[in-house]
Amino acid sequence: MEQTEIIEPFQETMEEMYVNMGPQHPSTHGVLRLMLKLDGEVVTEITPYIGYLHRCHEKIGENRIYTQVIPYTDRLDYLASMYNNFGYVLTVERLMGLQVPERAEYMRVILAEMQRIASHLIWMGTFGLDLGNFTIFMYCFREREKILDLFESVSGQRLNYSFYRIGGMPLDLPDSFLTDCKAFLEWFKPRLPEYDAVMTDNIIFQKRVQGIGKLDQKAAIDYAISGPMLRGSGIKWDLRRNDPYSIYDRFEFEVPVGSTGDVWDRYMVRRLEMAESVKIVEQALRDLPPGEIMGKVPKKLKPPAGDIYSRVESPRGELGFYVASDGSEKPYRYKVRSPAFVNLSVLPVIGAGHLVADMVAILGSIDIVLGEVDR
Amino acid sequence: MEKTLERFYAAFAALGIPWIVPQLILMLVVASLVILFISVSVMFMIWWERKISAHIQVRYGPMRVGGWHGWAQSLADGIKLLIKEDVIPAGADKLVFALAPMVVFAAALAAYVIIPFGPNLIVRDLNIGVLFYISISSLTVVGIIMAGWSSNNKYSVLGALRSAAQAVSYEVPLVVSILGVIMTVGSLSMIQIVEAQQRIWFVIPQFAGFLIYLTAALAECNRLPFDIPEAESELVAGFHVEYSGMRFAIFFLAEYANMFTVAAIATTLFLGGWHGPLLPPWLWFLIKTYFIIFVMMWLRWTLARLRVDQLMNLGWKVLLPLAFLNMGITGVVLVLRG
Repeated sequence: MEQTEIIEPFQETMEEMYVNMGPQHPSTHGVLRLMLKLDGEVVTEITPYIGYLHRCHEKIGENRIYTQVIPYTDRLDYLASMYNNFGYVLTVERLMGLQVPERAEYMRVILAEMQRIASHLIWMGTFGLDLGNFTIFMYCFREREKILDLFESVSGQRLNYSFYRIGGMPLDLPDSFLTDCKAFLEWFKPRLPEYDAVMTDNIIFQKRVQGIGKLDQKAAIDYAISGPMLRGSGIKWDLRRNDPYSIYDRFEFEVPVGSTGDVWDRYMVRRLEMAESVKIVEQALRDLPPGEIMGKVPKKLKPPAGDIYSRVESPRGELGFYVASDGSEKPYRYKVRSPAFVNLSVLPVIGAGHLVADMVAILGSIDIVLGEVDR
Repeated sequence: MEKTLERFYAAFAALGIPWIVPQLILMLVVASLVILFISVSVMFMIWWERKISAHIQVRYGPMRVGGWHGWAQSLADGIKLLIKEDVIPAGADKLVFALAPMVVFAAALAAYVIIPFGPNLIVRDLNIGVLFYISISSLTVVGIIMAGWSSNNKYSVLGALRSAAQAVSYEVPLVVSILGVIMTVGSLSMIQIVEAQQRIWFVIPQFAGFLIYLTAALAECNRLPFDIPEAESELVAGFHVEYSGMRFAIFFLAEYANMFTVAAIATTLFLGGWHGPLLPPWLWFLIKTYFIIFVMMWLRWTLARLRVDQLMNLGWKVLLPLAFLNMGITGVVLVLRG
C-alpha cells in the first residue's frame, strides 16, 4: 500500500525533532495528544495517544439497567447526543422486538437530522479555526445556537438531552415546535451560500485544503472508515440508505460523495450533507402523523437472552452498539463502536509527509470528538 | 519652528550649559511624545479591531468597561497585563529572553522617526527616509528570533524560523514595490515624497506597486492571512508562546505599532500623505492611515491563513516579478517622458 510510505522530502535529512502536540493544544479538538516527528516543518511520523477522557463507559453500562444507560450515551459524542440516544435505544428495541409508534419515529428522525446539522456546523466552524478563519466559527455557532434553542424547547436540555426512550419518546413536541422548526429551516437555507462565500469559494481556503490528506478507497475500506470520511473518498455508503433503520427509507435525499478523498472532498461532503438534512427534516415535518409517542413497553425491561449489533449513521460515521443480554435487567456485555475512534486510526497514514499546517487541517477534517474516541 | 528651536538652544547657551543638555532634553520630550502617541494609538487600534471583528462576526465586542461601547477595554487589559507576575521559564536563556521584547519594541519605535504626520510634524526629515524605514523594519525579525530561540520551546523555535523565512521573502518585494515611487520623485525624503503628490496621489500611476506593497506589508506585520509565525492553530502562539504579562504586552504593542507604521508609510508613499481639502493636514494623514489599518483588519477577519510554502511561493514567484515589472515599466515611462 503506497499510502503508508512516509515521504522523504529531502535526500539528506537533517536532525529530526519530536514535538508533543496536545493534550493542551488549540487544534487537537479536546484532549488528543499527538507525538509528531518533524523534519523541519514536515511531519514524518504521527503517533496519537488517546485515553485522557476514558471513563469506563462500557463497564458502567454493564452495571446499570437498560434505561439508565441512556444518559451515559449522551456523553459519548457530546456534539451529537441525540444520535447516541437514537443508536442505543434502537439497539435495545431491536433486541426486545419492540414496536415504536409512528409519531415517535418521525420525531426521532427530525431531532436526529437537526442534530446532524448542528454537529456539522460545529465541525465547519472549528475547521475554519484550524485554517485561521475565525469568522466562520461565529457564523456557524449562531446557527447552532438556534438549533439548541429548539432542542431546549423540546427536551429542556441544550447539550445532553437523554431524550429518547426505549420504545418511544418521553414527551410530545411542544405546540410551537412545528412553526419554530420550519422558521428555522427557512432562515437556515440562505445561510449555506453565506458559508460558501466565506469558505468554499475563497481561493486561499481552496488552496489550503485541496490535494492534501488523500485517503484512497482501498485504504478507507482497510481501515474501516465510515461516515463523511468514507464518502469523501468516493464510496457511496450511507447507512440511512444502505441499511435503513427507523423510517429513513421513506425520505428522499441525496448521498453526496467526493472523488479524490482529500480534505476538500471531506469538507464538501459535510457541507452538502447539511442541505440534505434540511430536506429530510422538511419531509418529516410535512408527514408528521398525530398519535401515540410511547409504545407498549413492559415495566421492567428484561430482554431475552441473546445479543445484537445495530448501527446508525451518526454525523461522524457508523455508530454501532453491541448489546448482549443474559435475560436479566442489566446488559451482560455492552460495547460501542465509535466512528471517531476508528476514523482517527487513519491519521498516521494520511497525515504523514505533510507540513504541520496541513496536518492540522487533516486532523480537523477527520472530525473527532474525544468523548467518543476514549469512551 | 526653526526659530523656537534656536531660541531654546540660545537660552541654554546663555546660561553656560553645554549644547548637549538641551539636545538631550529635546530628545527626551520628543521620544516621550512618540511613545505617548504609540500607546494611545495602539490602545485605540486594539479596541477598534475588537469592535470591527465583532461586527464582522455578528456580535458586539466589548460593551462594558468604561461605559460607551467598552472604550476603556484596552486600558483595563493593559493594567491587567502590567500587574501580572513576570514569568521567565526555567530553561530559558534569561538575558536574551528579557532583551527580545525590547529589541522588537525599539525597532517599532525607531520607525516613527520618519513618519510625516504633517508638513512640520515629523521627528526628523532624514534624506534617506524610506531607506531608514526599510532597514529599521527588518530589525524586528532579530527580536523575534531572539524570543523564539531563548524561550527554549520547540513551538517558539518553529515560529521564529518561520518568521525569519517570511521576513526574508517579503522584504524584497516590499522594497522593490516602493522603488517605483522613489524613481518618480527622485528622493528618499518622506517630506519630498509627500510634496510630489500635490497634484496626483501615487496610488493612481503606481497602483500595482500599491497592491504589492500592501500585500508585503501584511506579511511584514505577521497579520492574517500571513500570520504564519504565530499561527495559533498550529504553533499555539508561535515565537511568544512562553511570554506572559508585560513582556507579552510589549510584543503586542510592537505588533500594533508596526501595523500603524506600515499603514503610515503606505499613506505617505501612495495616498498623498497629509494632502486633502478642508481638514487640517494631520487629520487627513490619520484618516488615511486608519483607513489602511481598517483594510488590514477587514482582511484578517475574512481570510484563512496561507501555508508556509504557499507564502514563500507568493512572495518569490508572484510578488517579486510583479514588483520588478512595475519598476521596469515606471522606468521606461520616466525615460520616455524625459
